[in-house]
Amino acid sequence: MSSVAQKQGFGSWLWDWLTTVDHKKIGILYLLGGGFFFVLGGIEAMIIRVQLLTPNNDLVSAGLFNQIITMHGTTMIFLAAMPILFGFMNAIMPLQIGARDVAFPFLNSLGFWMFVFGGLFLNLSWFMGGAPDAGWTSYASLAMASEGHGTDFYAIGLQIAGGGSLIAGINFLVTIINMRAPGMTYMRMPLFTWTTFVASAMILFAFPPLTVGLFLLTFDRMFGGNFFDPAFGGNTIIWEHIFWIFGHPEVYILILPAFGIFSEIFSLFSRKRLFGYSAMVLATVLIGFLGFMVWAHHMFTVGLGPTANAIFSVATMAIAVPTGVKIFNWLLTIWGGSIKVTTPMLYALGFIPTFVMGGVTGVMLGTAPLDYQLHDSYFVVAHFHYVIVGGTVLGILAGVHLYWPKMFGVMLDETLGKITFWFFLFGFHLTFLIQHWLGFWGMPRRVFTYMGGQGWHLANVISTVGAFFMAIGIIILIYNIIHAHIKKVPVGNDPWGDGRTLEWATQSPPLYYNFTQTPLVRGLDSVWLEKQEGNASGITPAVPVQAIHMPNGSIIPFLMTLGMFIAGFGAMFRTETAWGLPVLIIGLAWTFIAMAARSWRDDLGYYVSKEEIMEDIKRERGRN
Amino acid sequence: MMKGLKKWRLFSLLAALTVFLSGCGNEELSTLLPAGEVARDQFTLLMLASGIMLFVILVVVIIYVVAILRFRRSKLGEDFVPEQTEGSNALELLWTVIPILLVILLAVPTVYFTYKLGNVTAMDEVDEDGVKENLVVDVTAKLYWWEFEYPEHGIVTAQELVVPMDEKVYFNLISADVKHSFWIPSVGGKLDNNVENVNKFYLSFEKDSKDLVDGVFYGKCAELCGPSHALMDFKVKTMPRAEFDEWVVAMQATEDVVADAAAADEGEQLFAQSCIACHAVSGVGETGAIGPNLTAFGDRNRVAGFLDHTEEALQDWIKDPQKYKPGNEMPPFADTFSDEELDALTGYLMGLTIEK
Repeated sequence: MSSVAQKQGFGSWLWDWLTTVDHKKIGILYLLGGGFFFVLGGIEAMIIRVQLLTPNNDLVSAGLFNQIITMHGTTMIFLAAMPILFGFMNAIMPLQIGARDVAFPFLNSLGFWMFVFGGLFLNLSWFMGGAPDAGWTSYASLAMASEGHGTDFYAIGLQIAGGGSLIAGINFLVTIINMRAPGMTYMRMPLFTWTTFVASAMILFAFPPLTVGLFLLTFDRMFGGNFFDPAFGGNTIIWEHIFWIFGHPEVYILILPAFGIFSEIFSLFSRKRLFGYSAMVLATVLIGFLGFMVWAHHMFTVGLGPTANAIFSVATMAIAVPTGVKIFNWLLTIWGGSIKVTTPMLYALGFIPTFVMGGVTGVMLGTAPLDYQLHDSYFVVAHFHYVIVGGTVLGILAGVHLYWPKMFGVMLDETLGKITFWFFLFGFHLTFLIQHWLGFWGMPRRVFTYMGGQGWHLANVISTVGAFFMAIGIIILIYNIIHAHIKKVPVGNDPWGDGRTLEWATQSPPLYYNFTQTPLVRGLDSVWLEKQEGNASGITPAVPVQAIHMPNGSIIPFLMTLGMFIAGFGAMFRTETAWGLPVLIIGLAWTFIAMAARSWRDDLGYYVSKEEIMEDIKRERGRN
Repeated sequence: MMKGLKKWRLFSLLAALTVFLSGCGNEELSTLLPAGEVARDQFTLLMLASGIMLFVILVVVIIYVVAILRFRRSKLGEDFVPEQTEGSNALELLWTVIPILLVILLAVPTVYFTYKLGNVTAMDEVDEDGVKENLVVDVTAKLYWWEFEYPEHGIVTAQELVVPMDEKVYFNLISADVKHSFWIPSVGGKLDNNVENVNKFYLSFEKDSKDLVDGVFYGKCAELCGPSHALMDFKVKTMPRAEFDEWVVAMQATEDVVADAAAADEGEQLFAQSCIACHAVSGVGETGAIGPNLTAFGDRNRVAGFLDHTEEALQDWIKDPQKYKPGNEMPPFADTFSDEELDALTGYLMGLTIEK
């Protein structure tokens, strides 16, 4: 493979990436795409913090500020956190279950390109009359009143990107159900696979409400649908329900894969089996289930009445129980283990107290009468950053350091990694801890400025200083990545030395067909088991060396999504320009033609010959 | 070295204590200094919840720190392979049951207070003369100001809510345009002003606002409602019942007040020519004005809800309202009035007072 890669020109290299259906390459693409949007969302965050540095600041105008907060939230959730997690799921999960690829490689590519084009579409709003400005929640009355095309960019961009997420979720579900290696029962699956499984199931049920909601919003804005216009019998509260029926599960979709990554890390760097594995699995499933039962706790102040508020209050508190089980099981995993503080482990150790703080403030917000005070104040801002940054982002950063050698074949520098961690964690607490008090002191969220004399200034200064520490941490991380790829020190199969799960028994990066022979799984942490029993390769093959069936690459997913992207502009400018309608039709026709092309020609894939596999096995033996 | 460390610890402890003590915020807008029964109930829950949560954090941190200190590979040696424990039913049961108990401990008062704070049955109670027993205020939120109507008294005001102390005051909340949210942090809150339905709740005010720095409590809009969401402040004046009754009478006495285009006062003339279409100067009326009611404007605390209450700020505002509150509905008057006319106009406005 590598010798081929060196010979190819830029054109064929680009073509290779545009057409790839390899889960590992799509994982890398997700990571890069998500990383790009993460930096973009981070820049938006810095502008927000600098604007709030002093009272009556006029760095950005009121209207622009609302666009920035809307895009910060939307970008971080839909275009940064989720895609990066999809990147890890793609790159790692099939390896963990001993599969060749995901179940639907073509759909995998389609999902990725929908994310890219959806995100691109959304962000082009900056250059085409202004970004959406009704908040990432886009509450209907404000969204309907929003001038310009910002909200239309939101609705159509998220529709495209959200479709991609739904496709990815279904794909992971089918992969995990159908493609586990022989012996890999459900209760032998690594925790990251389990959390991917539950998060994917949640995507399956949570994204359709979003799709429906966005369609209603699109129809209201573009075709006079009146779903959300009370003057015509519509209702804006319905939007809030629809949004949060999606939105609450969404936060668990974000946190569960991070839990999975941390579970792997605690076990790996404590050299110890995960404590209470079955309880962890059960807790994950339970969190996934309860995650759908609590959406109205985002709406305590909407006026649903005391009975609804009380029920949703108690349901919300119930989630603390399985989450608590997870925390204590992690603690007991490192208890009695042999803790090695590597960069990923440092993130995992930083995660525990940080996330616990975010979790307990969640219970406080779940206390409905208390939420009447705290809702939409800076306390909420502090809370969700503690869980999303303290949970998901720390999980992502841990995952970056943990899986980088597996995905790219180079190790990130440990010292730089630890410096990043300390800057980021210190900066994070500096930024957000004080915001709990800003909430107590009466500061509402989403304010573009504040008057002096309200006792908020110093706290905001502290918060802004903290944000700069976080930014420095991320800049060091980027330097670390570039530096590592320039140095390019190759790593072995198991760079961390104590790998327990199947991905650590493949090459770094793995061969394009993953395993030379499908592995046989004989228990939880199968590689660790094999190694304890003296099998240095970590794998007992389940089948003899034989030809492997692989899917062909395809440009069709890219083209299909391009059609949707073009149609989106047509739909948006349909009424005010002459070219709107033709462009809408051309875009949709383009997509349908691409779909037809896919359906007409059966692509049966190809076989990797037995000889090639034998060669690879020989080379691998020579290396070790 | 050790000594220095100890000193540093003491210092940080002191610093933390100082932050804690000064950490209650400003009296006129902090939820930590409750000035009414609702805010106090909520504060009680806050203390209970914080207590439970700090206990949880403490337990986690203790186990966490001990584990990190005791089980480091650097201490145990590179070759140490720990026992591969599967789990422990007893322990796992323990940390399932204890959180459940803690949750119940919090859930019971939560449900109690949810029903207590949601109880508005007394709102419609009337005495034998058919007069409402409790004060009801209708709050209409608009881009970006607040209108307060007292239907039983037939009066209306804007931007400054006036309420009697030591009794339950009931509120009907609605929005006239997009969704807003009504919040008086130190007295309690909050409830949304929805577009399509009236929300009802009560607050009680137990502290006289005249003892506060500005003589008012601060009210906020808590729901993103457009560019000037941050500037959609209102103020709350609380006073003993007797004083409130006087205020009501004084407001009712403005019934026949109109700005007269033929008045001797130039400011009044100008107001009658240019402002009266949107702004009333009589406090008798109902919700539904285009612009805030300016009766007793001179007694207020802020211009436009957030600017200093000076003639200068008022003139700036009249000249270019969009500059100060982008997206609000008031047109600019920079070209309408000369500087002298502005002086006259603002002089007239500042003279609108019912307090003696």
